[in-house]
Amino acid sequence: MATYNTSDFRKGLKVQIDGDPYLMFECNFVKPGKGNAFYKCKLRNLIRNTVLDRTYKGGESLESADVEEIEVQFLYRQGDVFVFMDNKTYEQYELSTEQIDDGWRFIKEGMNCSTTLYNGNPITITPPNHVELTVEYCEPGAKGNTATNVTKPVKVETGAEFQAPAFIETGNVIKIDTRTGEYVERVRT
Amino acid sequence: MTDSTSQPPHDFLPTASIAHLRFRAQLLRQLRRFFDSHGFDEVHTPVLSSETIVDIHLEPFQVVRFADPQNPAVGPIGYLQTSPEIHMKRLLVAGAHSIYQVGPALRSGESGMWHNTEFTMVEWYRRGDDLQSGMRLLAELAETLLSAESTQFLSYQDAFERHVDVNPHTIETDDLRDIVIRTGQWSPPPSIRRDDLLEYLMSERVQTQLGRDGPVIVFDYPASQAALARVRDGQPPLAERFELFFRGIELANGYHELGNADEAERRFRLANEHRTFQGKPALPLPTRFLAAMRHGLPSCAGTALGFDRLAMLALGFKDIGQAVPFLADRA
Repeated sequence: MATYNTSDFRKGLKVQIDGDPYLMFECNFVKPGKGNAFYKCKLRNLIRNTVLDRTYKGGESLESADVEEIEVQFLYRQGDVFVFMDNKTYEQYELSTEQIDDGWRFIKEGMNCSTTLYNGNPITITPPNHVELTVEYCEPGAKGNTATNVTKPVKVETGAEFQAPAFIETGNVIKIDTRTGEYVERVRT
Repeated sequence: MTDSTSQPPHDFLPTASIAHLRFRAQLLRQLRRFFDSHGFDEVHTPVLSSETIVDIHLEPFQVVRFADPQNPAVGPIGYLQTSPEIHMKRLLVAGAHSIYQVGPALRSGESGMWHNTEFTMVEWYRRGDDLQSGMRLLAELAETLLSAESTQFLSYQDAFERHVDVNPHTIETDDLRDIVIRTGQWSPPPSIRRDDLLEYLMSERVQTQLGRDGPVIVFDYPASQAALARVRDGQPPLAERFELFFRGIELANGYHELGNADEAERRFRLANEHRTFQGKPALPLPTRFLAAMRHGLPSCAGTALGFDRLAMLALGFKDIGQAVPFLADRA
């Protein structure tokens, strides 16, 4: 496993701390005119998404984390297990509901997502920024009400509920922004 | 480290705007007027030299001073200055009285929000100054350039007692280590030096609190952090060294200068031992400088100030790139 010396430290580095993979998303060099160099880093835990503030003295080192991002296709869900397939190698990966986190709300069978592999095992799933989902059920809206500021809950094919404008009807396809979980627009089909 | 991953498409452009650079030029005029009105002469000493200051934490760039253009890789090693200190002191030995210099200093490996590998340093020496008068001159300059009304003076011990709640001179090294560990941000390796722990707390806990309302000068450092400052006898002995802070950032470092040549040589040798221990090459002793010291450095105080940082703070910025034309990675 490669190690990174403090002189290699920079934004974007993926390192291992206490067995977990971290992304260094901030690194500031501080040094008194007469004295030791310190590197003040902010690191994001790639599994738990928590943030760590750590300082390193010039000359210290961190192990690199074997982390890679690959394109996968969501195949199916079986109970608490979500099954994905690497589009290039056809290898299948399983993620638990815990690992999927909020992601289940957005993904439907056949959809392409990206997953982060740590030591060859998937740790997170990232759906595309925008997904199109069919509304399975919602209360009928008042005819002619095209206002977008009046919303109601709608249930989509993944089983998740989103807030959508009152004019959305069962059977409509809507576009959702997966980063915010918000309704974007109705898709004309 | 500054943001280098998202480089804008036009990286031929300066990192600071022309308007800010004009402000910087104005600040430089003010600085020169200040030294002018205090009877200083501006000097220019060599940037490239066969000698360099031996310091544990300063890494000079090396240059091959080749003679044969067909063999540019062959020749004696020269160093780009990490500060103009050794040459300016040689001028003082030769009779100079009050001198200042504005010029480049280069330190390998130093780049970040408040560091640029090549930076503009202002350094000055005045014959006859001691700790008190050296600090007063620095305070006067800081007040002029930062438009501040007054400067606060704080001993290193007071600063630590106020912000870390310990006496930095008497606390056991193990207790110091516990305090550092409790910050939860750094796990010092077992081989750590006491000064590393103090320097860490100084930069994390003390310095960040200094200079919110105006310039602050910290003085009387532990003797082990004397560098080339005079050490005053006492219990404990203290280094007559001072540093200027503003808005949590270190701007200048000064000494009531060490006059004893043997002591200077001893400190250089000690610095080389630490360098070797850390796996860094020892640096050659600056023999002409030591010869000058043996000839007799007049009693004086000297200060070095980072001009780019000063301009950054005077402009109200957080990133040094906003105060220099071209950061080193765009040079």
